[in-house]
Amino acid sequence: MNRSRLTAQRLAALFLLGCALFNYPLLALFNRSGEVFGIPLLYAFLFGGWILLIALMAWTIERSRKD
Amino acid sequence: MLQGWVVVTVSLAYLGILFAIAYFADRRADAGRSVIANPTVYALSLAVYCTTWTFYGSVGRAAATGIGFLPIYLGPTLMLALGWFMLHKMVRVAKANRITSIADFVASRYGKSQLLGGLVTIIAVVGVVPYIALQLKAVSNSFSIIVNAPEIVMPAVEGTVPLLQDSALYVAILLAAFTILFGTRHLDATERHEGMVAAIAFESVVKLVAFLAVGIFVTFGIHDGFGEIFDRAQEVERLAALTVTPDTASSYGSWAALTFLSMLSVLLLPRQFQIAVVENVNEQHVRRAVWLFPLYLFLINIFVLPIALGGLLHFSDGGVDADTFVLTLPMAHGQEALALLVFIGGLSAATGMVIVETIALSTMVCNDLVMPALLRWSAQRLHARHDLSGLLLEIRRWAIAVILMLGYLYFRIAGEAYALVSIGLISFAAVAQFAPAVIGGLYWKGGTRSGALAGLLAGFAVWTYTLLLPSFAKSGWLPADFMTHGLFGIELLRPQQLFGLTGLNEITHCLIWSLLANLGGYLGVSLLRVPDARELRQANLFVDAFHERGGQASWRGGARAADLLPLAGRFLGPERARDAFVRYARSRGFDSIEQLPADSDLVHFAEGLLAGAIGSASARVIVASVVQEEALGLDEVMNILDEASQIRTYSRELEEKSRQLERATAELRAANERLRELDRMKDDFISTVTHELRTPLTSIRAFSEMLHSDPRMELAERERFLGIIVGETERLSRLINQILDLAKLESGRADLTGVEVDLCDVVHESAETLGQLFREKQVALDIRPATQACRVMADRDRLVQVMLNLLSNAVKFVAPHTGRVAVGILARGEEVEVEVADNGAGIRPQEQESIFEKFHQGGQDMLTDKPKGTGLGLPISRRIVEHFGGRLWVESEPGQGARFKFTLPRLAGDN
Repeated sequence: MNRSRLTAQRLAALFLLGCALFNYPLLALFNRSGEVFGIPLLYAFLFGGWILLIALMAWTIERSRKD
Repeated sequence: MLQGWVVVTVSLAYLGILFAIAYFADRRADAGRSVIANPTVYALSLAVYCTTWTFYGSVGRAAATGIGFLPIYLGPTLMLALGWFMLHKMVRVAKANRITSIADFVASRYGKSQLLGGLVTIIAVVGVVPYIALQLKAVSNSFSIIVNAPEIVMPAVEGTVPLLQDSALYVAILLAAFTILFGTRHLDATERHEGMVAAIAFESVVKLVAFLAVGIFVTFGIHDGFGEIFDRAQEVERLAALTVTPDTASSYGSWAALTFLSMLSVLLLPRQFQIAVVENVNEQHVRRAVWLFPLYLFLINIFVLPIALGGLLHFSDGGVDADTFVLTLPMAHGQEALALLVFIGGLSAATGMVIVETIALSTMVCNDLVMPALLRWSAQRLHARHDLSGLLLEIRRWAIAVILMLGYLYFRIAGEAYALVSIGLISFAAVAQFAPAVIGGLYWKGGTRSGALAGLLAGFAVWTYTLLLPSFAKSGWLPADFMTHGLFGIELLRPQQLFGLTGLNEITHCLIWSLLANLGGYLGVSLLRVPDARELRQANLFVDAFHERGGQASWRGGARAADLLPLAGRFLGPERARDAFVRYARSRGFDSIEQLPADSDLVHFAEGLLAGAIGSASARVIVASVVQEEALGLDEVMNILDEASQIRTYSRELEEKSRQLERATAELRAANERLRELDRMKDDFISTVTHELRTPLTSIRAFSEMLHSDPRMELAERERFLGIIVGETERLSRLINQILDLAKLESGRADLTGVEVDLCDVVHESAETLGQLFREKQVALDIRPATQACRVMADRDRLVQVMLNLLSNAVKFVAPHTGRVAVGILARGEEVEVEVADNGAGIRPQEQESIFEKFHQGGQDMLTDKPKGTGLGLPISRRIVEHFGGRLWVESEPGQGARFKFTLPRLAGDN
């Protein structure tokens, strides 16, 4: 019971993290020309943040299944 | 060379494969080995979210606004993070209540309201029609492009083509026929379509593979990886701008608005609700979807910007619509097979969307619009038909055809004014109107039917005015006047600058105003009254879905299986209904349907069965027609719902009551003890009194008898006897007087009046009265007068009585000749203290209190002495002193004499 509530809270926290990452003002920090390994900065930030978020979500929810 | 017939043949073959998959999945499901009972299939089927909008439109959007295509996919990712709360709860609720569509969901939540179900259906149909038009446009465009390969010819502007030569019309007809064949082969009691889900999951794989193939071809075939495309784009100023988003408030605002909009859409679009909620086999499947579906979105978006940039670099003259880059880029490089794969990918994106959307909508139209109307207006004719399942299927088929034709109509009217994505966003904004009623209804019990109606109506009206009508106006089908000058020429009412709100794009603008009106209506009207019994019951089923098992209290009274079975049979078909009833009877441990008791459980089962076919609102009406039900009153529902809290309250009250009871018991016990004590004291008193009275009486009687019996007794003897008789008689009358006196004092009936009395006078008067006694016994009496005035408020005669008692006691207990009695009066602060000290034998400590008890005789242990008093003097004195607010006590040590002291409050002003 406690464990599944922890999972739910972690997912809610990830939701908030996503809201913060994909919105003003964090978005504005990367909204400029520039490149990381030849990829435009904003593009790299968004896709990098996105896959990170998905990985965290997967880790969180799949971990809870074992309990 | 891709000729028309090749494309058509491949397309039909592809649709045939879909059909085969669906058929296979249905067969497997009937055999009990479901292929879709798998979390991966569930997550893939959710990808029906990605339509031709994603497949063709994203690239077009990216070519116009750069990274701005992305919020539409970030939103669902965020919503899926909440999926474990919200989606999971919706699935739970839908399963428990046999929900068949989002209209059913809303109707059921607010008390199974047919009106609400109908309204949601209308909003969904009107709102989603542009979205269907989008699919028609994308498929017909891609078809007309691919049949002209290898030449790249942009499709003719819509509306200029004669109706019968318009490929979109044939696409619409083909899709309608396919969907009808596909989705309405039979009527399922749970409104689930296993075959369809399997086909949709397959389509999701096809469109992802096709899109990734193009992406990889463009990125690594035409160009030399991501870096090279972006490098080349940086050289062109217009393209470099696409890798950032305009750094303005309205740009970030629209980014947030699109994210929010897509968050809502991924749950509330009728097809998303159908796949994610209604078709869900196992709620644990939501787990994998939480990350797998966002991952799918991530993959299908990686190559969007590279393809857009590649297209813009290749077709730099602008003659090719960016919405078609996915198809035209492979064609321009002679990759005909890839182009065909892309076309199939686009077709699968479109068919997936159209199939699920129109099936979901047709279910809603049938259950929440047509059935209620039929039930209301032609119930008679309905009764004449024994099997209505055919009618239901027919209604759904017609609904599918009509919805697709509406889509085509919208495409003809408004299709050219917008890019693909813009059309889709109009639909997104429409379904966002369900959010307050659905999400509010999941978490807030206070929402009412009228609140939901008001919110939906207000939001839908604003959406129509600010988004739908302008889309007609932009296409020239409505006068553009009201766009530029506002309705009736009122500038404030300009639909896309409503009340003067400018600086936002049309979607953000509409979203703000419509959700404001919607939420305002929902909350405002809901808060006008408390939910009624039925609303409250449904609210509890929805909001507390994770806490309580669905209550069985909605039906009181039952109906016989013999009545319910034909009813269910008419909507489900007799065979299917009989099977379901037999299964139910077995699950309850009966051999046949006839043995089923006519109870509320059976009614509940029948209602659930019917709800699966015709929606919860209609099912309730139909079942109600055979159930002998007394309506469930608000009070009773409240009782059932608040049982837990009531029990809690009761137990608190009980605890409180038992505590009170304990207190009362303790008080009673104490009072009882006191009563017994008093009773005992009364008995003691009476026995003592009678004893005391008998002693003088006995002696009087003895001496009188002696005088009576001996007439010759000597005179001297005779006088001595008479003297004793007189003395004993006096003692007897004194005793009786004192008993009466004490009784009066104790009962408070004594006539004691307080007047100003000088204690010194009282002392002197008493001393004078007893002077003779002191002189006879030769006892010295020494009075130390007070130095101050010693006036008190008391009864003078009674105080004299007290003093006489104390002085005569003192005389009694001192030795003749050597005895000394000293009286002192002392004014001390607020009181006056009088002390009567003697030099007698003193009083032992254990006797110092008991001498104040009634009939206690001091010095009784001296056997030689006979009692010298009545034993009532001191108790009476103490009563008198206490009556006037003072105290009387004794201080003594054996051999040292005794000091009787009493105090009285001093009169004010004497200090």
